[in-house]
Amino acid sequence: MQDHHIASAFDRDLEGVQAQIMKMGGLVEEAIRLSAQSLETRDEELAEKVRADDKAIDGLEIIINEGAARIIALRAPTAIDLRLILTVIKISANLERIGDYAKNMAKRTSVLSQMPPVNDSAGGIRRMAQTVETMLKDALDAYIQRDAELAADIIARDEDVDQMYNALFREFLTFMMEDPRNITSCMHLHFIAKNVERMGDHVTSIAEQVVYLVTGEHPDEIRTKADTTSSMLKA
Amino acid sequence: MKDSALLEMDVTTKDIKIAARDVQVYYGDTHAIKDVSVDIEDKTVTALIGPSGCGKSTFLRCINRMNDTIDVCRVSGDIRIDGEDIYDRKVDPVQLRAKVGMVFQKPNPFPKSIYDNVAYGPRIHGLARNKAELDEIVERALKRGAIWNEVKDRLNAPGTGLSGGQQQRLCIARAVATEPEVLLMDEPCSALDPIATAQVEELIDELRRDYSVVIVTHSMQQAARVSQRTAFFHLGNLVEFGETDKIFTSPEDPRTESYITGRIG
Repeated sequence: MQDHHIASAFDRDLEGVQAQIMKMGGLVEEAIRLSAQSLETRDEELAEKVRADDKAIDGLEIIINEGAARIIALRAPTAIDLRLILTVIKISANLERIGDYAKNMAKRTSVLSQMPPVNDSAGGIRRMAQTVETMLKDALDAYIQRDAELAADIIARDEDVDQMYNALFREFLTFMMEDPRNITSCMHLHFIAKNVERMGDHVTSIAEQVVYLVTGEHPDEIRTKADTTSSMLKA
Repeated sequence: MKDSALLEMDVTTKDIKIAARDVQVYYGDTHAIKDVSVDIEDKTVTALIGPSGCGKSTFLRCINRMNDTIDVCRVSGDIRIDGEDIYDRKVDPVQLRAKVGMVFQKPNPFPKSIYDNVAYGPRIHGLARNKAELDEIVERALKRGAIWNEVKDRLNAPGTGLSGGQQQRLCIARAVATEPEVLLMDEPCSALDPIATAQVEELIDELRRDYSVVIVTHSMQQAARVSQRTAFFHLGNLVEFGETDKIFTSPEDPRTESYITGRIG
């Protein structure tokens, strides 16, 4: 297929909206990294910055959706162009949610910094966040390079994140049983771990959008669910 | 607005009205249609799209043997309507064209009254025994052409005095007056304004209850709006043929994708 539209303004519009997605993706990657770092280093100032920066992410989502609506109204996109616009709208929503989770992590970090630390749980969460951040970076690369194979690989990698979450879940239960004074911190830490696990799900959804964009088909629904905590009876 | 239940119905298999096999068309030395095989369904709107000179109009004109009138044109292969070979020597092209109506790009009413425009076909084919029957046929055709209410009080006025959109609907009424089974439309809206276009498109949607409609259009959005099946022609080849929804969301051939997204002309 040819790369360029006969109407070059159409190309510029599509490139513009994709550039916004990449910019938003960059901000979200940073939000994940900094929120996990602020948690590990108990850096309240950094946590405050993450919370403040979320506004820029939310603003980009609105800009992207307006751009997409404009393209639909003015250019009546079809086929690959139509799929591109549909995925742009969904991916921006996924990114916005991930940004919210990072913001929530930062909020809980501010509370946790006032309490004594619980073991090395924050390190475990940071490693998990790092995995998700790399997945997000790869998902955005797969998006811009139209790489359905890489996207499929990312979908598979979400299982690792789920398993890391399971391990943390057990750890928190153990700490809480050992000493009830840990309960408040562990509850916050658990919500944070759950936030990161949900980030992984949104990254997976982005990767699924890439598969749809490239192939025109939705990836198989049969995805292994490795998060087993919903059926867990005891640690 | 079409409701989704109706759309669901559309994708189920219907009877094949027109079956074309290995159709080749030459204009002198030019190979205009290359080996086209396609099954066109009954009670369905099939859109033929493609860049200028791709052969879509030529293929449309094969279906009612309009190409017979061009000396240098040769058609080979097999086109059957309801299983009957329309290029068989026994077939009278005039009878065939009563069964396969056609509407052209520019409205071309006869320089006669509105009534006579519609009555012309039924008269030469002897479809009415008396004036009352003919009146009935004319009224029915004008109603089916969605123009009855606008012209019923001035049936004796000249057809050429109507607006462009009205003239085109008059031509559609004229085409359906002989009770055809297939309706061919060669860019029926390209000379019309957006309102008249919408009226004709609405009419096309009505007509598919009774006919197999094949429409050639340069407007991709029109093909997307009015048809259930779309065929994409390129350089005389039938590149892709399938459900309109599929063609416009995820076509299979890269040439189709390039064309409908505006990347090749």
